[in-house]
Amino acid sequence: MKHIISTLVQNKPGVLAHVAGMFAARAFNIDSLAVGRTDDPMLSRMTIVVIGDDKVVEQVRKQLAKIIDVVKIQDFSGKEVIARDLMLMNVCTPPEKRAEVLALVEMFKAKVVDIGQKFVMVEFSASEDKIESFIDACRPYGIKNMVRTGTVAMARLSQATGGEE
Amino acid sequence: MKKLSSSDSSTQNPSILPIKSGAEIIVATLIEQGVETMFGYPGGVALPLFDKLYDAPINFIIPRHEQGGCHMADGFARASGKTGVILTTSGPGACNLVTGLATAMMDSVPMVALTAQVRTDLIGNDAFQEADTTGITRPVTKHNMIIKDIKDLQRSIREAFYIASTGRPGPVLIDIPVDIEVAKYPLQPLEEISLPGYKPQEKGHHRQIKMAAEMINKSERPVLYAGGGVITDNASEELREFAKKANLPVTMTLLGLGCFDQREPHSLDMLGMHGTAYANFAVQECDLMIAVGARFDDRVTGKLKTFAPNAKFIHIDIDPSSISKNINVNIPVVGSAKYTLGELTKEVEFKERKAWFDKIADWKKRYPLRYDAKSTNIKPQYVIEQICEATKSEAIIVTGVGQHQMWTAQFYKHIKPRHFITSGGLGTMGYGLPAAIGAQIAMPGATVIDIDGDSSFNMTMNELCTAVQYELPIKVCIINNGHMGMVRQWQQLFYGKRYSKSSLRNPEFAAVAQAFGAVGITVDKKSEVKSAIAKMLAEKRPCLVDFKVEREENVWPMVATGKSLHEMDGLDIFDSMA
Ligand SMILES: Cc1ncc(C[n+]2csc(CCOP(=O)(O)OP(=O)(O)O)c2C)c(N)n1
Repeated sequence: MKHIISTLVQNKPGVLAHVAGMFAARAFNIDSLAVGRTDDPMLSRMTIVVIGDDKVVEQVRKQLAKIIDVVKIQDFSGKEVIARDLMLMNVCTPPEKRAEVLALVEMFKAKVVDIGQKFVMVEFSASEDKIESFIDACRPYGIKNMVRTGTVAMARLSQATGGEE
Repeated sequence: MKKLSSSDSSTQNPSILPIKSGAEIIVATLIEQGVETMFGYPGGVALPLFDKLYDAPINFIIPRHEQGGCHMADGFARASGKTGVILTTSGPGACNLVTGLATAMMDSVPMVALTAQVRTDLIGNDAFQEADTTGITRPVTKHNMIIKDIKDLQRSIREAFYIASTGRPGPVLIDIPVDIEVAKYPLQPLEEISLPGYKPQEKGHHRQIKMAAEMINKSERPVLYAGGGVITDNASEELREFAKKANLPVTMTLLGLGCFDQREPHSLDMLGMHGTAYANFAVQECDLMIAVGARFDDRVTGKLKTFAPNAKFIHIDIDPSSISKNINVNIPVVGSAKYTLGELTKEVEFKERKAWFDKIADWKKRYPLRYDAKSTNIKPQYVIEQICEATKSEAIIVTGVGQHQMWTAQFYKHIKPRHFITSGGLGTMGYGLPAAIGAQIAMPGATVIDIDGDSSFNMTMNELCTAVQYELPIKVCIINNGHMGMVRQWQQLFYGKRYSKSSLRNPEFAAVAQAFGAVGITVDKKSEVKSAIAKMLAEKRPCLVDFKVEREENVWPMVATGKSLHEMDGLDIFDSMA
């Protein structure tokens, strides 16, 4: 099962290595890891998607808490969250298929950000399963390449304080 | 936030703070942190710092190898409770620390390691003697950092000492590039340590403690399972009072030995793979296990699924990640052993539990630790019993790793905390001699004895020269069976006696000792054991005794890998000899 864990870490050199190293050393399974700045220049946020049962995720939380530069941990398991991935994708669009692809883009509320002779680049920010279905839908046309950020997530405001430690 | 005992210097005007070099700041901060003794080995990029140590009021011990120095700092810390300090140069010096750091990490030993590093602008260029020290040591330290700005230097050293010695202690490494050693910056007054991500929880939750007490008061067949955390936290006295008031039998892990006087009738001695039968039976039949500062290591539990099958679990530990890691716990209490045991003692009631103690007494009578005491050969267990008797259990005992370590755990009666020093978690051969040197330096008046294996001793015996140089009266007793005994035992039991690569040609250890300038004695007759021990104990110089013991003795009882604790082998082996 996938669990989203959101951590605030001190914005110091080596923090990412500490976190990533801990995951490797303890044989935890990371699905994705997204790191970015926050409104506080001293802190960064890491959103980590972990695969494992509740017991594994409990250990992940505790082992993260042990890292000195990890300031705060939120486990979003069982919480109502908004979770998004950002994806950029080049889809093959031979002239006769272009309209179909653009219709798909429209339907998924994705965005065309670049148009080439044979490709369009699509930007899509959505939940993971929506992104997966979009990828499936594009596959028949041919995907030249794609990049994804990994999940970022926030608890809904009504629940924003849940699960912090 | 932790308030440091601040001098009034905090009110000083920063503009009149004395300007110092990084090296001077390091030395001043070490002294401020109470460091009187440290261990270390010089090299190129550490020289600015070594220059400032030339006339610093710090007792500086130079080992023969940085690994030895690191184990010395470790032994120093375990014997004294103070933070051990080790300093090395970059690259090879830093790399030589890895085993020592991992040993200290696994056994929660407070240590600060300072490593010099190549110039900041050379980092990443494969410069001469450059190694990615923080990268290499990250998994074997509690925390590590590299200083890239002189502004951070002094604060980081203070933080390192704080992190190393609080919560669940461990080694902290600071990597210091040589340009930082020579850069100038004002010496900073003491200030509050602010680590928003690090707040050890000393005080156990009161509601949890109350619930734990109720469970203990109801229990008919409890067992108190004490680990190294009790000793680390100096909570032996609290443990004794708690066990006495609640009337609990006490079993200890290898690292917990010494936290409860083994002469007490309530002591079940050590549990686990080579634990006593009465401890293991009691664990398997108990209805409640109270774990304090212990972590349900696989050498303790045997097969997890059938470990203490009828028990509920209370787990007291300062490290939340130790709780419910291996065993699902009914009542977790995150807190220090000292605080929590103190509070728990207030809440528990005395309960007689006659049937339980009768059963334990019966196990103790039927399955004492035994060996063939009548043998005319020198039995390793006999040597250890004689050492125990001659020192009245008062010595600080250090070991290597292997059979001799287990026999020392079993046959030396441990009565005091910080008097049994051994590498439990990592099981580091070669730990014994340097750790004994560190312990002797910490406790100059104590009798310190390294009970070592011949192969373990081979790994770090060059440190005998260090003991001679610093005129340390340490004793080394080699339990010389001519094998890597523990490996040979496993090969005998599980690999059809195919003794593959498990014996070494040893030097004449007594002659080696003499060449180093120590006293060397060889004992190959049982009748000479006592007198040799007496001579060794009277010796003021470092003294080694090479006991040529029975070559193929085994450690019993033994719970083979994958077996449950009550499925011990070896319980009947001595029946015919009795
Ligand atoms: C550094 C290291 N290498 C290898 C081992 C594996 N090992 C465990 S016990 C042992 C044999 C120890 O032999 P010795 O020191 O003579 O002690 P004995 O078992 O004979 O008492 C070995 C090789 C280890 N624990 N540590």
